[in-house]
Amino acid sequence: VTRTVTVVGGSLAGLSSARALRERGFDGRVVVVGAEPRPPYDRPPLSKDFLAGTVTADELALLSPDDDELDLEWRLGRAATRLDPAARTVELDDGERIASDGVVLATGAAARPLDDSAPDGLHTLRTVADAEALRERLRPGARLVVVGAGFVGAEVASTASALGVTVTVVEQASIPFERALGPDVAAVCARLHERNGVTVYTGVGVRRVLANGAVRGVELADERMLAADVVVAGLGARPCVDWLVGSGVELDGGVRTDAGGATNLPGVVAVGDCAASYRRYTGTVTRLEHWTNAAQQPAEAVATLLGQRPPAHPAYEVPYFWSDQYGCRLQFAGHREPGDRVDVVEGDLGSTSFLAVYRRGGEPVAVFGMNQPRLFGRWRRQLAARLPSMD
Amino acid sequence: MISVGALDDIPTDEGVRIQADVPIAVFRVGTGTESEVYAIDDTCTHQRASLADGWVEDCKVECPLHSVCFDLRTGQPDGLLTKKPVRTHQVVVSDGQVYVRLSTEVNQPEEGREVEVA
Repeated sequence: VTRTVTVVGGSLAGLSSARALRERGFDGRVVVVGAEPRPPYDRPPLSKDFLAGTVTADELALLSPDDDELDLEWRLGRAATRLDPAARTVELDDGERIASDGVVLATGAAARPLDDSAPDGLHTLRTVADAEALRERLRPGARLVVVGAGFVGAEVASTASALGVTVTVVEQASIPFERALGPDVAAVCARLHERNGVTVYTGVGVRRVLANGAVRGVELADERMLAADVVVAGLGARPCVDWLVGSGVELDGGVRTDAGGATNLPGVVAVGDCAASYRRYTGTVTRLEHWTNAAQQPAEAVATLLGQRPPAHPAYEVPYFWSDQYGCRLQFAGHREPGDRVDVVEGDLGSTSFLAVYRRGGEPVAVFGMNQPRLFGRWRRQLAARLPSMD
Repeated sequence: MISVGALDDIPTDEGVRIQADVPIAVFRVGTGTESEVYAIDDTCTHQRASLADGWVEDCKVECPLHSVCFDLRTGQPDGLLTKKPVRTHQVVVSDGQVYVRLSTEVNQPEEGREVEVA
């Protein structure tokens, strides 16, 4: 009997899972289901170089010729619609049922829309198709309003302003990223917009998009009107787990897993943006949308699925993300909580090159670097030393 | 050949970046007479990041952005993120001065390419 593992999700976490299965010696069938028609590609450039037009879609490809040897069975352009743990099947939207001895859930997340309307010129950004559609609109002189100053919103604002677009950012929070970075560092990041000629309205939400077939502007919660030719909703993402409701797999703002990626169902693991996993670093159950998590969590989850010992290097368990905005590289690792003390150990907050270390009870718990990749890398490693031993 | 500078000015287990046609990262591994110097293309083949800023360990450099590790001797990456090697360049140390002879190959990451080991 041929054993089959079905990987549901054809992006970074899904591909990393498929590769990990082969690397760990699984020689049965591996079926990879991807809702997008395009083979796995890298998403971070979609708001940066790809949106700017300096990187092509082909250059985003994650597959290399070596991956042919993995002997994967692809089901692209097809969404999974049902997981039946009793029958051990994954059902697809074209009716195919894949008998599966093991299942890796890697369905990722989808951009949160602003509202139900879809006028011409209202965009979200998650896929290559989204980025291509948006890129068409970012002509010099166009007026863009970005709703939400999270990383996607901030990067779109940065890229668009470099393209000669007139950009305004609207953010509900009084300081974007305040919870993740703390008020001081978050304020430095927020200032990048203004330093680069982008207007930012904080502490105010968007009441509605004004449209007449096509976008004409937005109305803010305080009744101010902003004229716009293009509106991008950068409101974060929600996990693609609706199809799992009723399957018996435990959902908790994502597919609930332990530190090793195991769900409550035997033979079913979850990884990447769709997984709300126990994190050894914080001691909490958290869903992470970080690239590094999607790339590295699969190695351990696949070990769990195959009943093998997990990899010995848990350094990736220190949450890590980066962003490129206005020519600055921003990197953050660890986990910040209110009350943590911030020490600027290199540069100063008034510049665009500094390193800030967050301490709790004197111990470093997180680090933020702006244009300090070398020093940041050293601190990031030190943070891994805080992890409890895996044994 | 491109002059990098004095060997003693390259910190152990760290990289320096020099500008040629493309940026080159030069690393010194080990100390004193035991030290070896390696040169590779500075830009990570995965996404834009300078490998000279990376972490050096076991004759490998870890990209500061995504942790892809490249072998300093062969330019080959390990792990699952990229299969594309960086070019390696010949290093000459003479009278305590370090020079790099650039590889003439085009960066074509196909199999069977020859690798110059410094």
